[in-house]
Amino acid sequence: MAKPQIVKFKFPESLEEMPLGPSAAAGILTEPNAGWRVQSPVIEHPKCTKCLLCWVLCPEGVIGKENEQLEIDMNYCKGCGLCAHECPKDAITMVQEGEADDQ
Amino acid sequence: MVKVKNLTDKEYLYGHKACPGCGLGTIGRLALKILGERTIVALPASCMSTVTTQYPQMNYSVPSLTMAFAGTGAVLTGMSAGLKAQGVTDVHVLGLAGDGGTADIGLQALSGAVERGDDFIYICYDNEAYMNTGVQRSSLTPIGANTTNSPSGTASYGEKKPKKNLFEIMIAHRIPYAATASSAYPYDFMNKMEKTKSLRGPKFIHIMCPCPTGWGFASDLTVEIGKLAVETGMWYLAEYENGKVKMNVIPKTLKPVEEYLIKQRRFRHLNEDTIKLIREHRDSEWRIIRERWVLSNC
Ligand SMILES: Cc1ncc(C[n+]2csc(CCOP(=O)(O)OP(=O)(O)O)c2C)c(N)n1
Ligand code: SF4
Ligand code: SF4
Ligand code: SF4
Ligand SMILES: [Mg+2]
Repeated sequence: MAKPQIVKFKFPESLEEMPLGPSAAAGILTEPNAGWRVQSPVIEHPKCTKCLLCWVLCPEGVIGKENEQLEIDMNYCKGCGLCAHECPKDAITMVQEGEADDQ
Repeated sequence: MVKVKNLTDKEYLYGHKACPGCGLGTIGRLALKILGERTIVALPASCMSTVTTQYPQMNYSVPSLTMAFAGTGAVLTGMSAGLKAQGVTDVHVLGLAGDGGTADIGLQALSGAVERGDDFIYICYDNEAYMNTGVQRSSLTPIGANTTNSPSGTASYGEKKPKKNLFEIMIAHRIPYAATASSAYPYDFMNKMEKTKSLRGPKFIHIMCPCPTGWGFASDLTVEIGKLAVETGMWYLAEYENGKVKMNVIPKTLKPVEEYLIKQRRFRHLNEDTIKLIREHRDSEWRIIRERWVLSNC
């Protein structure tokens, strides 16, 4: 899996299970950031040339390039709009959160 | 040259809590894509550590250590010495520190580590203030910027002192590799990261990281602001190697500084006189750049 997935957080039940010192196990996600978003990016795939500028720039790394079409992990997209602003083909539109589902 | 098609799909920095649009995420994830899984990250107190290590989450998929504000250089020394003692030669040691953590409180530790010649990569991501604690000035805050402890008002135009030149401080150490970069120029940055991989000894990259929250601009403008900084000459892209400085981008004519300034809340209070001050400072910096690094090279 290219992107880490959410795991269920298990509260430590004993001292032995507590993280030790300032270091902790790597790559642990317990909650999405989707609640931060007021706008969502919507990609018009026919316009996209797969230049991958959005993929490179996205501060969250949520755009996926593995498949034929770009995919966005909406659990962690914060809706910053950077991808839409920088896309040279204007292939990404930001829509008010909630409206994206109707498209 | 880094080609986007060859970059790994793996995200080694994911799900962090940085403000939307912050350049910090782009810098961290691209650096780790270039260095790969066999990397250890050292994080002093800063936005970069605060937004990536909020228990129980751990947003790096590589080992990382958070530590005291001043200690990045010392911790990098310890990490590289530890690896050496174990005979491990295929692991990169990466420090990700802010402008305050690097140019102010961490400068001594960094200077010591560079002077000792330890093997590490140090990235100073520069959002031009102490952002994590609520926008206080650092020695890398530019002249004229409003911060909470360089406030603008009837008695002041904000930060009075110009930005310290960290790149030149590193060059003075005769470090094997030093560069400036910007999160708005991701390929330039990745190519520089790629170079650090093959060189032994200390490597240093000072990368501008536009901060929507502290600078006061909309979250989708991070790259636009970062580009304007270079186009107006308020920032520059260069690298130092084998005793020589190479300018990566030399704008033919610099855009008026106003184009950069008016887009940011931290500069909104400036008037004609104070903008003139900034323009003059920029021009004198560029005179030095052109004399030392552009003309002498051709
Ligand atoms: C010795 C010490 N003094 C003060 C602090 C509080 N502190 C934590 S982060 C920070 C500011 C960090 O600024 P910078 O290095 O520029 O990183 P940024 O937050 O801007 O990314 C301060 C003052 C501390 N952790 N340790
Ligand atoms: S920037 Fe635009 S054209 Fe390029 S890959 Fe992204 S959506 Fe497609
Ligand atoms: S809106 Fe921001 S976080 Fe979401 S995909 Fe675009 S650049 Fe990434
Ligand atoms: S305060 Fe600035 S640097 Fe810190 S996370 Fe927010 S936008 Fe990024
Ligand atoms: Mg800072």
